[in-house]
This record gives sequence, C-alpha cells and structure tokens, in this order.
Amino acid sequence: MKKIRIGSGAGYAGDRLEPALELIAKGNLDYISFECLAERTIAIAQKAKLVNPDKGYNGLLEHRMDKVLPLAHEHKVKVITNMGAANPQSAVDVICKMAEEKGIKGLKVAAVYGDDVLDKLDKYKNTTVWETGRPLEELDGDIISANVYMGIDGIVEALKNGADIIVTGRVSDPALFLAPLVYEFGWDINNYDLMGKGTLTGHLLECGGQATGGYFAEPGKKDVERLWELGFPIAEVSENGEFIITKVEGSGGIVNKDTVTEQMIYEIHDPATYFTPDCVADFSKVTFTEKGKDVVEVKGATGREKTDTLKVSIGYKDCFIGEGEISYAGPGCLDRAKLAAEIVEKRLELTKVKYDELRIDFIGINSIYKNSDRKYNVPEEVRLRVSARTKTRYDADQVGNEVETLYTNGPAGGGGATKAISEIVSVASMLINRNDVEAKVIYKEVL
Amino acid sequence: MKLWEIAHSRTGDKGNISNVSLIAYDVKNYELIKEKVTPEVVKEWFKDIVKGEVKRYELPQLGALNFVMYDALGGGVTRSLALDKHGKSLSSYLLDIEI
Repeated sequence: MKKIRIGSGAGYAGDRLEPALELIAKGNLDYISFECLAERTIAIAQKAKLVNPDKGYNGLLEHRMDKVLPLAHEHKVKVITNMGAANPQSAVDVICKMAEEKGIKGLKVAAVYGDDVLDKLDKYKNTTVWETGRPLEELDGDIISANVYMGIDGIVEALKNGADIIVTGRVSDPALFLAPLVYEFGWDINNYDLMGKGTLTGHLLECGGQATGGYFAEPGKKDVERLWELGFPIAEVSENGEFIITKVEGSGGIVNKDTVTEQMIYEIHDPATYFTPDCVADFSKVTFTEKGKDVVEVKGATGREKTDTLKVSIGYKDCFIGEGEISYAGPGCLDRAKLAAEIVEKRLELTKVKYDELRIDFIGINSIYKNSDRKYNVPEEVRLRVSARTKTRYDADQVGNEVETLYTNGPAGGGGATKAISEIVSVASMLINRNDVEAKVIYKEVL
Repeated sequence: MKLWEIAHSRTGDKGNISNVSLIAYDVKNYELIKEKVTPEVVKEWFKDIVKGEVKRYELPQLGALNFVMYDALGGGVTRSLALDKHGKSLSSYLLDIEI
C-alpha cells in the first residue's frame, strides 16, 4: 500500500533549522512542511511590505532556503511553507534567485495567495469581532491587515501543476500537511472522514518539536533524551488516513503516547468540533498506541462538513506598552519592592501619565499566577515589574523612566533596572463568507 | 496529593481563550481526576486570572480532560500586560491543585 511520509520542518517563525535538515537528509521524506506564521506575524509582515514592496515574507526565508533548497533538491523532497506571510510572490522571486545562484535546475516554485481580504472588509462593518464582542466598525485603532485562513485548495492546485516548492500566505496550519495527502492519495475533499484524519496529521505536526518531546520534559517524571538535538516529527500516512508519528532514528527527543496526547489537545477547545477551512475535525475518539521506540500509531480521527465561513485575522494598531523592571535582594526585599511600586504609581499620577491599564508584578512571587489566596515565603530576592498600556508613545516611555529613576530616588539597594517600550499591533478575529475568498496560484520556474 | 504526582498538562492559547489539558499518566487515575477536578474547581483555582467561564471536555480513552477558560489572557496574547502573555505556565499551576 502506498504510504506518504511528511516531516515537520518548523513549529514557529524562528524555529531551529537543523531538525529540518536532518529530516530531509535522513527522514526518507516525500514532503516537508514549515509552519512559520503566528496570528500576529502577518500583520507585522504587512507593515514591512508597506515600507518595502519586495519584503513582507518571513525574515528567515533566505537563512532556511540557503540550506533547504540544495538538500531538498538532492533528496527529491517537496517543500510547503507559509513563510510567504504578507508577500508570497516576492518570496518565490527570492527562492528562484537563490536556486539560480546555487546552480539548481528544473525547479518549479509556486506562490499561493488570495488570503488578503483587506479590501473586502467594507461589507463586514457590522460583523461581530470575537475579542471585543462589538461590530468591526467600532474597532479602536487603524486596521493594517486582514488575512483569511484559507484551506488546501491553492496548495493542491500547485501540486497538481508540478510545483516542487510552495510558498503560501495565510492558510490554516493543518492545510500545509493535509494538502499533500489529498493530492497524493486523490482523496475526495468532500470525504470529511479523511479530511478529519488528515487534519489531525497536520495538527500533530504543525508545532514541530512539540510532538517529539519538546515542551514536555519534567525532570524525574517525564525525562527526554538530548533536547539539544531534538528531532522533529514525521507522519507516515496510509491511503485510508491512518498514520504513525515517529522521528529520525538517533535524533534527540521522544515520541510516545504522552507527547502526542499533549500535542493533540494543544490549542483545541471541543475535541469533537475543531473548525478548519477544510472540515470540522473530530478528535474525540482518537487513540494512540505505542508500536515501538518512538513510534505511535494514531487512529480514530474523523470529521464533518466544513462551514460556510472562514476566519479572518485583522491586524490593527492598538496601543503602546511601556514597562520597567528593577531587582531587590536580601532582608526586607519584598517590602522595598512594594514601596518602589507605590512610588512609581504615585509618580505616574503626579506627572499625569495616562494609561488604560497598569500592572504590577513581583517576579518570583506573583508575576505568573496572581493568586490572592496564596501565602508566600519571604523571598531572598524579588524583581519589580511595572507595565502599562497607553495611547501614546510618550506616556509609555514614562513608565520605564519612572522605574529607572528608582535607582537614585527609590528605596535602598535597587539594581539591574531595565526598561522597554513596544508599539502593539493586535489581532481581532471574525468570520467572513467563504465565497468572498479565492485562492490564487502563480508559478516561476528555474530551468 | 498534588495533581502533579499523577498527571501532566500543556497549555494552548487562541486570542483571549486559554486551554489547559490534564492527562493522567496512568489511565486508571482518570476517573479520580474527573471526579475531583471539575470546571468549578478550576474556575476557583484560576479566579484571579480567568474572568470568564471554564468548560471541560472529556477524552476518557486518553485519560485526558481539556479545560477551556474564557477571558483568561488579559485581553489576549497580542495586548496582554502579563509577562507570560500566552499563559503557557498555567499548565504547571493547574498541576499544583491538591486532591
């Protein structure tokens, strides 16, 4: 029976490169997919494209392709990635130029786009934004991008037309993995059982090392071998959609039922209803069976008919965040840190700094959990962090400044003050009609 | 006994919603965990962080529960003032529950 092997080349925009190279060289792969586009990344990429129309693709594209291009060509592994971000067309130009420089011939590169729906937002003014619960037209801040999560269509079309490398803008993460399965096995895209199975394949692979022992270790309870050489996952998929998850023999990490269970539940809500552009996947009856060292068999995923809508991520200029930190140590350190926080709050008030929200953390005490019921032991050291959300850069700047001036104006023994200010591009989500979106594909060949 | 002794966990985020899995190392402890760790217990445990409701989904064949916590991430990853904007560390905090 025909089997297809797909590797996961990256789980996020800045992920390690060596695991991908190891997979291409030693994984006996047919495909490798790189997921590199977080929710907000595309809005930031859109800003870069506005400054320079040739930019707006993943900043590590050249770094990755420098090694991936010759290796994938040598081992006949097809590459699929969303590193195109806001500008897949330019990414394709860059890849072709690199291929030419490396003397690689007979390469077909495709850009999949059509996800940019910024010019279609007008008709959705009254649509409810999930985060605010209010209509889109009430969103407070300049909208700079709107990208819809597309499904597999464009990628499958590119594969049918012989593309070796496919660079997309925004598509659903599982689509990067489901598309080659649909193409290779000739799956009917209306067979939602298969779409559900392939979606789980993608879901388990899309976060790279998180399926192979990354983000998992708990010394003494969940030990993982050689995380510094963590191998990324491979799915070996059969025509009926069932598959195993494994990794390259000898690589670091571990694949067992615990690692894949953690990853299956990662970022899903109702396991029986996982909305994607290609189906509503149902993972509620999935089983994992360990078939050997680092081999887990996956069965039981299914799916239902896709919905009429697609999710859009809207990037908008939201606010500024200003922050400052300073450390205190030794006897009485927490009391001094609390006094320092009081001083900063009063200073911001006296100097009429305007903020929408202020947050005080005592790092080492309550910066993560904020549990008001908890009794803490007296710490040996504590780091004060003050952060505030503001409308203006000036106000944000004052937050860090007022922490820094604690050096000479605050309690005794404050040290290691740092400050930062960031302009925040936030993401708002809503649904639009599927019929408003059409995947487009263009090709470029290196002969 | 702390949940940490018998279960493991991973947190995911989507917008302002956090989901925290709770997975029994040994599936025979699943019923005990399911009985003790109700959505109400989790909501109370995270009361200073989670402003919305907590829903629980069950995956008995995997010995796993999934808690979905609404209005839980200070406005969402992109605009939260928290150090841990994704709420990644909430998984470890869940395992601190005494049963």
